[in-house]
Amino acid sequence: MENEILISVQELSRLYGDQHAIENVSFNVHRGEILGFLGPNGAGKSTTMQIICGVLAANHGSVSIAGYDINESPQQAKEHIGFLPEQPPLYDDLTVDEYLIYAGKLRGIEKDAIAEAVELSKERCGLENSGSRLIQNLSKGYKQRVGIAQAIIHSPAVIILDEPTSGLDPIQIREIRELMLELSEDHSVILSTHILSEVQSLCDRVMIINQGQIVLDKTMEQLQNDSDKTDHIEIALHNPPALEELLNIEGVASAESNHKDILRINFIPDTDATEAIVEKAATEKWGLYKLNPRDSSLESIFMQLTYGDGTPPAEEQTDNE
Amino acid sequence: MNNVFLIAGNELRRLFKSPLAWVILATVQFLVAIFFYLLLSQYMQPASAGTGLTEVVVSGMYQISGVVILMVSPLLTMRLITEERRLGTIKLLYSSPISITELVAGKYLAMSVFYILILAMISLMPASLLFGTQLDLGQIASGLIGLILLTSSFAAIGLFISSMTKQASTAAISTFGVLFLLWIINIAGTNASETTAAIFSYLSLLKHYTNLLNGVFNSTDVLFYIFVSLFFILLTIWRLDAERTHG
Repeated sequence: MENEILISVQELSRLYGDQHAIENVSFNVHRGEILGFLGPNGAGKSTTMQIICGVLAANHGSVSIAGYDINESPQQAKEHIGFLPEQPPLYDDLTVDEYLIYAGKLRGIEKDAIAEAVELSKERCGLENSGSRLIQNLSKGYKQRVGIAQAIIHSPAVIILDEPTSGLDPIQIREIRELMLELSEDHSVILSTHILSEVQSLCDRVMIINQGQIVLDKTMEQLQNDSDKTDHIEIALHNPPALEELLNIEGVASAESNHKDILRINFIPDTDATEAIVEKAATEKWGLYKLNPRDSSLESIFMQLTYGDGTPPAEEQTDNE
Repeated sequence: MNNVFLIAGNELRRLFKSPLAWVILATVQFLVAIFFYLLLSQYMQPASAGTGLTEVVVSGMYQISGVVILMVSPLLTMRLITEERRLGTIKLLYSSPISITELVAGKYLAMSVFYILILAMISLMPASLLFGTQLDLGQIASGLIGLILLTSSFAAIGLFISSMTKQASTAAISTFGVLFLLWIINIAGTNASETTAAIFSYLSLLKHYTNLLNGVFNSTDVLFYIFVSLFFILLTIWRLDAERTHG
């Protein structure tokens, strides 16, 4: 059961006009997995999520949820989906209770089970005392909670949350995190976010999407291992030698002088010349006063993969959704 | 089928939570009451001796009701789909295990129920005449069925136009334009050739309604309205389905 595939996405493509919003996206999500979906605005995150939930149709490719194809048997597939879009889908003239009862019935909960399901999802989202309040009078954070409550009310196998923590304060974010960890025990969760630390603390697996294509799909563990391996260091010297001297050190592939007297030294793949450089600096009295190992945090991976060089591009075309 | 009732129930609940439903009920009732009073006092004049009470007062009132409802109908139907889009709740509906057909049928059903409520309210006025006199109940029934069919086609047309736009006000104006055009289209054909005139007059929503009002229960008139409703319901379903693929 542990490795059962709950979401299977195969070669998904979607066009807006002649532009590919997403192109040839494939991945699987297993039961118990929390997948973090990262990408700059307009990269295709929301589009992918909406296609998985059946809100949009794909131009090519297939999605199956808990074994049911979303196009061939949408009814069965959608019973297993809980979806929170970017903007929580709320009727602001209903009370929280009325809304959740309606959402629960829409999702196919039986009449006798509905009261219990509403209570449970309210409890999980911290809405116990808000049942009779009108949704339009709620704060943004509470609206977001109601949005999450409707997504989990029918206890779906697959929970898809588009930026679930936007608009929440840090305490609420922590509560939501705990909720998601609790949910992930026997569900699959996909969540998209801009907040990288959230992915690091919450997800088992990270996927970065850029310009409609998946550019990274790794488990948190793999990422951790990668960051232990370094392929360059940055050093600062009081008496820097000529660059050629550095190149003579075994294992150094290239060296370049950065701004503020910082030297970036790239290693030949699979070697680590850090020690040799430090030794040389000591014997030659270069005056080594700073040494930064490669910064391989998720943030720098994200920057590299999405912007190429680590600097955001000038004003690009905004979200087309 | 449960889902259709679920959608319709939610639509009606939200309609009656807003002042709009009550204001529309009150306005229609008030305007129709004025006409009812005028028609009744006209009938009481000695000059109109020999005409039928049902024909002058009841049919006259129903005829006017059709026009009044035509004018308020766009305000009722404009928000059917546009508001789901504005609130983002359309994504809740699309990601739920209900089909687009059920969604559209539910919306249409909710509107039809609301129109039947309006008609029940205004029918109380002619019903009060039963205390003092006799009416041709057959003709009234025929007229009422005509009005139900007519308003159902308003609902279907309004629903379709609401599914085409993002803004409620755009939907309202367009719906009003289309309904009004279909109402008066038979006038457009009066100076044209005989065939053209026949086509235009057949397309007119008014023409078929007048027959029913006069107590002429013709199945082609009934089928005309059923066809119009089904046609626009189907268009709405196609439209929403296409939006998932191309929108």
